Amino acid sequence: MDYGHSERPAGAAPLPTAIKILVAGGFGVGKTTMVGAVSETRPLRTEEVLTETGVGIDDLSGVEGKTTTTVAMDFGRITISDDLVLYLFGTPGQDRFWFVWDELALGAIGAVVLSDTRRLADCFPSIDYFEGRGTPFVVAVNCFEGARQYRLDEVQAALNLDPGVPVLLCDARQRESSKEVLITLMEHAMKTREARRGAAAATD
Amino acid sequence: MQGESTQDQWVDDHAGPVVRPYAVTRGRARPVGTFDLISLVTATRADVTPEAGLGPEHMAIIGLCQRMQSVAEVAAHLDLPVGTVRVLLGDLVERSLVQVREPRTTAGLPDDSVFEAVINGLRAL
Ligand SMILES: Nc1nc2c(ncn2[C@@H]2O[C@H](COP(=O)(O)OP(=O)(O)OP(=O)(O)O)[C@@H](O)[C@H]2O)c(=O)[nH]1
Ligand SMILES: [Mg+2]
Repeated sequence: MDYGHSERPAGAAPLPTAIKILVAGGFGVGKTTMVGAVSETRPLRTEEVLTETGVGIDDLSGVEGKTTTTVAMDFGRITISDDLVLYLFGTPGQDRFWFVWDELALGAIGAVVLSDTRRLADCFPSIDYFEGRGTPFVVAVNCFEGARQYRLDEVQAALNLDPGVPVLLCDARQRESSKEVLITLMEHAMKTREARRGAAAATD
Repeated sequence: MQGESTQDQWVDDHAGPVVRPYAVTRGRARPVGTFDLISLVTATRADVTPEAGLGPEHMAIIGLCQRMQSVAEVAAHLDLPVGTVRVLLGDLVERSLVQVREPRTTAGLPDDSVFEAVINGLRAL
């Protein structure tokens, strides 16, 4: 869809293909850190200002008395080539901002769910959300100091994950480690796409 | 891209006086188009003389978008909420001062070459 007309042959800059990836997980689990670790720019923050009247039913319960509230999202970019760009969005941590997630998740190719084994339950809502939407995701266990080391299959079982969902350890502060998480996600998203296509073909 | 109803949620005209961003958009709430966070904005002219109805934020967007930028980047660089930026972009589109286009997405792509390109690109970073 195009908006507006240009005077410059604005076709000049060809449109890249955009890949959108979400980084989700509970409060303080390392979302901002991961977006910053892989992004080519300093991590940017974008904000949505919400008004009580503008938001449906119960979304703002818990912030009564506030006319407006701000939801911050992290934003990062990785330019793969002139015509291929990856956008990373760190989702807002609080559950009551699900509707922001809905916008973010539109067209997302997949998601990283960050988890902290000291507070594993914090990532349940993210997992439920992506399972419900059918968005391919991987679970990245962020290794905080002092956290007991769990085996990945223990985490897999504790989270009651579909056996196909990759679970891996990471250090969100490390670029290489965060890159590895994204690569694993892309591989998983590609497999999921192939499997769905196969399933669709089988029912035709 | 999000539907109208989602769009309504971001900004509306009940916001009241507490919120500075509404001063920027002068209380107007509805952008002309609905712009996705990864929609791409390009200025159509190298420079624009300030004209009636254009504020410094509009000019800032034109300056920033001499190089193609996503809506999210514009918002982050100008330190304005995305909802506000959408309204400002609507003004600029109306005057044909910027062009907002959707990037290509993987949805309709016939093969996995894009996935492979991303994976190889990440490895090479
Ligand atoms: N040891 C260790 N610390 C980490 C790691 N990742 C993040 N941290 C630290 O954990 C803290 C929280 O990280 P953030 O990236 O701000 O977490 P967040 O998920 O964005 O937090 P909210 O946006 O508040 O929900 C910071 O002090 C990070 O430096 C990790 O892999 N290992
Ligand atoms: Mg954060």
